[in-house]
Amino acid sequence: MGHIQLKGVKKNFGDVTVIPTLDLEIEDGKFVVFVGPSGCGKSTLLRLIAGLEDVTEGVVEIDGQDATGLPPAKRRLAMVFQSYALYPHMSVRKNIAFPMKMARIPQEEQEQRITEAARVLNLTDYLDRRPGQLSGGQRQRVAIGRAIVREPAAFLFDEPLSNLDAALRVGMRLEISELHKRLATTMIYVTHDQVEAMTMADKIVVLNAGVIEQVGSPLELYREPRNLFVAGFIGSPRMNLLEGSVAEKYDAHIVGIRPEHIEVSAASGDWTGTVGVSEHLGSDTFFRVNVEGFAEPVTVRADGDVDLHYGDTIHLTPDPHQLHRFDRDSARLA
Amino acid sequence: MATKASRSAARLMISPAVLLLLGWMLVPLSLTIYFSFLRYNLITPGANPFVGWENYYWFLTDPSFKAAMVNTLLLVGGVLLITVAGGILFALLLDQPMWGQGIIRIMAISPFFVMPTVSGLVWKNMFMNPVNGIFGHLAQALNVQPIDFFSQIPLLSIILIVSWQWLPFATLILLTALQSLDQEQLEAAEMDGAGAFSRFFHIMLPHLARAITVVILIQTIFLLSIFAEILVTTNGGPGVSTTNLTYLIYVSSLLQFDVGMGSAGGVLAIILANIVAIFLMRMIGKNLDA
Repeated sequence: MGHIQLKGVKKNFGDVTVIPTLDLEIEDGKFVVFVGPSGCGKSTLLRLIAGLEDVTEGVVEIDGQDATGLPPAKRRLAMVFQSYALYPHMSVRKNIAFPMKMARIPQEEQEQRITEAARVLNLTDYLDRRPGQLSGGQRQRVAIGRAIVREPAAFLFDEPLSNLDAALRVGMRLEISELHKRLATTMIYVTHDQVEAMTMADKIVVLNAGVIEQVGSPLELYREPRNLFVAGFIGSPRMNLLEGSVAEKYDAHIVGIRPEHIEVSAASGDWTGTVGVSEHLGSDTFFRVNVEGFAEPVTVRADGDVDLHYGDTIHLTPDPHQLHRFDRDSARLA
Repeated sequence: MATKASRSAARLMISPAVLLLLGWMLVPLSLTIYFSFLRYNLITPGANPFVGWENYYWFLTDPSFKAAMVNTLLLVGGVLLITVAGGILFALLLDQPMWGQGIIRIMAISPFFVMPTVSGLVWKNMFMNPVNGIFGHLAQALNVQPIDFFSQIPLLSIILIVSWQWLPFATLILLTALQSLDQEQLEAAEMDGAGAFSRFFHIMLPHLARAITVVILIQTIFLLSIFAEILVTTNGGPGVSTTNLTYLIYVSSLLQFDVGMGSAGGVLAIILANIVAIFLMRMIGKNLDA
C-alpha cells in the first residue's frame, strides 16, 4: 500500500514561500513524476513527503493516516538521493543491510533479502566492494537496493539519474521502469528532464515556482497542455508558440504547434520561409525555418530523407487539428 | 616534470633546501650522540674522556627514569583521551546552527593561542591554587575541603592544563571534518531509520576516523615534549610525580650540569618517540589510506 495525499500543504523558508498551498493525490502503485525547471520546488515537495522538511501548513497523509508529524523513519518510505548517499566506509552488503539493521530484522532474513535484491539489481558480484570501487550506475543500483530491502510503501527518487552519462541514463531509466512493473509499489520520481517524465510516468505533475501547473498522464499533457508553461515544457523539441497575426487568424492570443505537426514541402504550403539551421538525426530532420512575417523562427520536423539545406525555400502547412490556442492569461482555449 | 631536463632542473632547485635541512638535523643529532658517550660534566671541567655506554647505564638505572617513562605515557595518553573525546563533543556542539556562532567558534579556539607558560601560570595561580584559585573558592562556597591540585593530584592537574590547551586544536580539526560530511548521507540514514545515536556511531564517527587519526598523530608529537607547563607549575614534583622524559633530561643537563647524561637521555627520547610512532602507525595508520 502506498497511497499518499497532500492536503493544503504549504512550505515557507523564512519569509519566502517556496510552495504555495497545494493539494495532490498519489494513488497506490502509480509511477508519479514531478517535473519542472530547476528551483521550481519539486525536490522540496519530495522532501516534504519524505519528512526531511516540515510542512508549514497542511497535512501529509500516507495510506489514509496523518503522517505530518511522523519522523522520516516512521513513514515507511524509501528514498534514493541524487548523490546516491551511500555510506562510503561500508561494503555494498552492509550498505544494503543498514536499514534492516536499524529495524532489527533477524540476520537470516537480512541475508535473504540482500541476496534477492542483489540478484534483481545484478549486484551479486559486487557485494563485498566499497562504494568507492563502483561505477556510477552500480552505485545507483546499490542505492536502489538499499531502498528495496525495506519493502517500503513508496519509493522516492530525487533526480537519481542526473549524475550518470547519457547512455547509462537510458539504461537505468528502463531498469527503474521494469522495477516498478515488477514491484508495483508507488514511486515518486523527481526530475527536470521531461524525456524521463514522458517515458517513465503513469502520471506527471508539472510544477512551476511551487505551483502545480497540470497533473495528468504523459499523453494528456502532450495532447492538451492546460497552459503555455506546460505546452512549452512538455515535448521535445519544444512547441512553436506564435503570436500576432497568425494567432489572431485562429482567434487566440497565442497559438502553439508542435514541430511534428507541421507538414514540410518544397513546393507549396500555408507558410513560406527559408531554412536556417538543420539538424539531421537520420530518422528525423529538424529545421529552424525563418517564416515571412513571423517574429521567431519555427522548428519543424521532417523525415530523415528530406533534402533541404541552409537558405533553401521551404513551405510549411500546420495541421489545424493539432493546433493549441491560448488566451491572454496563457490558459488553453477549448 | 615529464622530461629528463625538467627532472634534473627540479633536483637542482630543491637541493639547497634538502642540504640545509639535512645539516640542520644531522649536526645536532651527531653532536648529541657524540656527547652521550663522553663523561662531560660542566661542574668538573677538564678532560671529557670517552666512557662508552656508561651514561646510558646510569640514566636507565636511575629510579626516576622509570617514573618519567610512566609519566610521559600517562600524560600523552590522558591528554589524547580527553582532547579527542572532548573535541568530538565540542565539534558536534559548534556544528549546530546557533546565535553568535562566529564569536563562539573564535572563543572556543582561543586557548590554543595562549602560550604554554602563560596558561600554566594562569591555571596554577588563578584556578588551582587552593586558597586564591576559583576552584578553591568554589569548594569553600560549597563547604568542601578544597583540593590542593599540585600536591594531591599533580599529574592529573598537568593533564588537565595541557588538555585545555589542546582541546581547541582537536575541536577545530574535527569540526572541519564534520562539516565535510555529505548531508544527504545523514538524511539517507535518517530515512533508513537510524536515530541520533546510530547516525553518530554508524555515519559520523567512521567519517571522522581520518581526522581523529590526524589529531592523535600531531598531538602525540607535541605532547611527548611537554615541558613549559611542568616547569612553571610543579617543577617535576612533588618528588618525581610530574617529571616526564623531557623534564628529566632538563634536570640532568641543566640542573646537574651533566651534558653527557642529558645527551644520553635525549637519544633515548628519540628512540621512545620512534617506538610510539611505529605503534601509532600500526594501530591507526590505515585510516589515512584513501
